[in-house]
Amino acid sequence: MTAALRFDPIRLPPKCEELRKEVRAFLAEEMARGTFNPFKPNREDTDVPEFSRRVGERGWIGITWPKKYGGHERSFLERYVVTEEMRVANAPTRRFFVADRQSGPILLKYAPEHIKMDILPRICRGELCFAIGMSEPNSGSDLFAAKTRATKTDGGYLINGTKIWTSSAHIADYMIAIFRTSQPTKENRRHGLTQFLVKMKQPGIKVNPIGQITGQHEFNEVVFTDHFIPDDHVLGEVDGAWKQATSELAYERSGPERFLETYYVLTELVRAVGNDPDTRSAEGIGRLVAQLHTMRRMSVSVAGMLQAGKEPVVEASIVKDIGTVWEQQLPHRVRDLAAFVEETAGNRETLERQLDFAIKTAPKLTIQGGTTEVLRGIIARGLGLR
Amino acid sequence: MAESDNIVVETAEKIFADLADPQTINNDRKEAWKVPLWQALSEAGLPLAWVPDDLGGSGASLADGFALLNAAGRFAIAVPLAETMLAGWLLAQAKIGSPEGEMTVLPANPKDRITLNPDGSLSGRVRGVPFAKAAKHFAVLAHGAGGVSIALVDAGKTKIEAGLNVGYDDSDVVTLDKVAPITVKPAPKHLDQTTMMLIGGVARSLQIAGALESMLNISVRYSNERVAFEKKISKFQAVQHNLAKLAGESAAALAAATSAADAIANATAFNDEVYLEAASAKIRCAEAAEKGGAIAHQVHGAIGFTLEHILHRYSLRALAWRDDFGSESYWAVELGKLVANRGADELWPLVASR
Ligand SMILES: Cc1cc2nc3c(=O)[nH]c(=O)nc-3n(C[C@H](O)[C@H](O)[C@H](O)COP(=O)(O)OP(=O)(O)OC[C@H]3O[C@@H](n4cnc5c(N)ncnc54)[C@H](O)[C@@H]3O)c2cc1C
Repeated sequence: MTAALRFDPIRLPPKCEELRKEVRAFLAEEMARGTFNPFKPNREDTDVPEFSRRVGERGWIGITWPKKYGGHERSFLERYVVTEEMRVANAPTRRFFVADRQSGPILLKYAPEHIKMDILPRICRGELCFAIGMSEPNSGSDLFAAKTRATKTDGGYLINGTKIWTSSAHIADYMIAIFRTSQPTKENRRHGLTQFLVKMKQPGIKVNPIGQITGQHEFNEVVFTDHFIPDDHVLGEVDGAWKQATSELAYERSGPERFLETYYVLTELVRAVGNDPDTRSAEGIGRLVAQLHTMRRMSVSVAGMLQAGKEPVVEASIVKDIGTVWEQQLPHRVRDLAAFVEETAGNRETLERQLDFAIKTAPKLTIQGGTTEVLRGIIARGLGLR
Repeated sequence: MAESDNIVVETAEKIFADLADPQTINNDRKEAWKVPLWQALSEAGLPLAWVPDDLGGSGASLADGFALLNAAGRFAIAVPLAETMLAGWLLAQAKIGSPEGEMTVLPANPKDRITLNPDGSLSGRVRGVPFAKAAKHFAVLAHGAGGVSIALVDAGKTKIEAGLNVGYDDSDVVTLDKVAPITVKPAPKHLDQTTMMLIGGVARSLQIAGALESMLNISVRYSNERVAFEKKISKFQAVQHNLAKLAGESAAALAAATSAADAIANATAFNDEVYLEAASAKIRCAEAAEKGGAIAHQVHGAIGFTLEHILHRYSLRALAWRDDFGSESYWAVELGKLVANRGADELWPLVASR
């Protein structure tokens, strides 16, 4: 087998440019209003419910979903533009982003109609926050080792066990989780997991905060004790979650959020260096910009292929692999280059504060959403090596 | 770009497959393959792809020509195809028709200069000119009192000091000592040495991307054949991860190069956005050549380090192509200056411009 990688030079259509302007204007308004400060990525309060609602009002959540569920039937490329502008501005998107990217599409595909009608419009209005319950204390990369049990009972299931590293569980209204409904088979160790919609803040669910090395609170441990989930909250095939969990990864892996998480330090470096840089700074900036531009071209290309109904699985994994490695290295390269920035640079303190936070953030970037090693395994499979 | 839907590329690929099979070429120390290959390419009108019909060329679009160069990179073609295409393109910018035979462009280095003297002759010493020794004519970009000019020069009128690049291809020093050109005309307003270097750089980027694609393919194939510790080496996770990284570098090169080619092919003006695309492609492809080439060699073990094996045809050329039309360090400095000059708040709008 030969690897035929495709990266068509896809351009964003003019519609996207209009939308980009609207998003920028909106974000400028929000900054003026004091909702968030783009120069402080480590802002104390990362959860701003009113911001989510206002984004929802603009029609920028569930942008590609059917209108009957509150969506806007716009293109995947338009969604792309909204995501990148939010990310570059350091906007507080945590409350709605998981639902927009992952949970909503899963519900669209696997939830019963009445649940879709109930939940999806509320996501689109920015009213709901979702968490993802995949990892467990002894099951991270090896998702299929998950043990938290869903035991069949009258009209539903009883859940017992623990999920961990669950981002936003402390503020989430719902979680989409996988639980063990039966034992793996000899032939298929992936068998036996089922996807469920979990309503949070219910009896039998306890959320314990876990601090992160950045000083922020995002992680949680979620303990289930005889928590009841009704039958109509089963998503898709019982025992068949593995098929569902692995089929839509391209959407999750190749977006702008996979290379822009530490972008702010680059802008601040350019500001600190000023408009007449020395050769060393110029070269450093030039290389980083060339790498960023290339990443983005790759990411837009994959978005365009998804929009066109293709399945660029390997390409998407490659974008996440090199994108996350890039955003992880970026703060360190900027730190290198910032070592000689003049004491008098007006934004020196801002840059230093940002670097401090970005350097602390960096280690997680190649772990969340699947580690580098796991991704490279997927790429290797795509190359015909396994 | 495995399958092509492009007639120019299809024609070229057929010729390359028939007459430039890498293994055959590699075994042929006397280089007997060069003449029939060049002949077939010329008969198909490919070296003058970028020259309009009325100037003696085949009038292919910029886009088709770039795709052709990507294919040439996949075969690591070592005849002055890219150079003749660039020379023909440059001459056509000043409405100068292209002669038959091999050509190359001068200068091929952004810091070198050729001067158009008041008496109409040309002077200058330029280094690293690809295939100067093989060329019958040079397309020259020169600076004079009246601005930028484009000239057609008989190679026999110049002094050529032969040299080889890292990939064992001709890379020569050319000296013009008051050489009278065959034709000289003013360049159109938009065209200066920077534009020419960027277009040359994009040509090289496409060749590098093509070479990396082949390096990935032959490395994957080899890892599925070679057995060590009673297993195919492709089953070792460390080897798989190395190949996944090579795929990443190959992908980055392909994305950057084809995007830049598309940007140039559709450009109405050579603005900052096109500059970003073209400079980035050269920078990122050069980085990919270094990182990706190292992995391809690692996977091949000692066999890939032999002259008998075809790997070096791709790896060394990709490394050599980094130097032509501005190295990655050169373009990084220039791009960094451009970005700094526009200011911090203009960086994202530039990156997100298309
Ligand atoms: C910021 C952040 C947010 C997260 N949010 C969520 C969330 O909301 N919901 C959720 O469910 N999870 C979440 N996670 C968890 C994340 O998905 C896991 O951390 C990840 O899948 C890795 O699992 P692990 O931490 O158990 O590490 P392990 O699986 O124990 O891996 C440890 C190391 O071993 C390597 N390794 C493991 N298996 C292999 C193998 N087969 N081959 C090669 N190397 C291997 C890994 O690559 C890694 O380097 C989050 C993680 C982070 C960092």
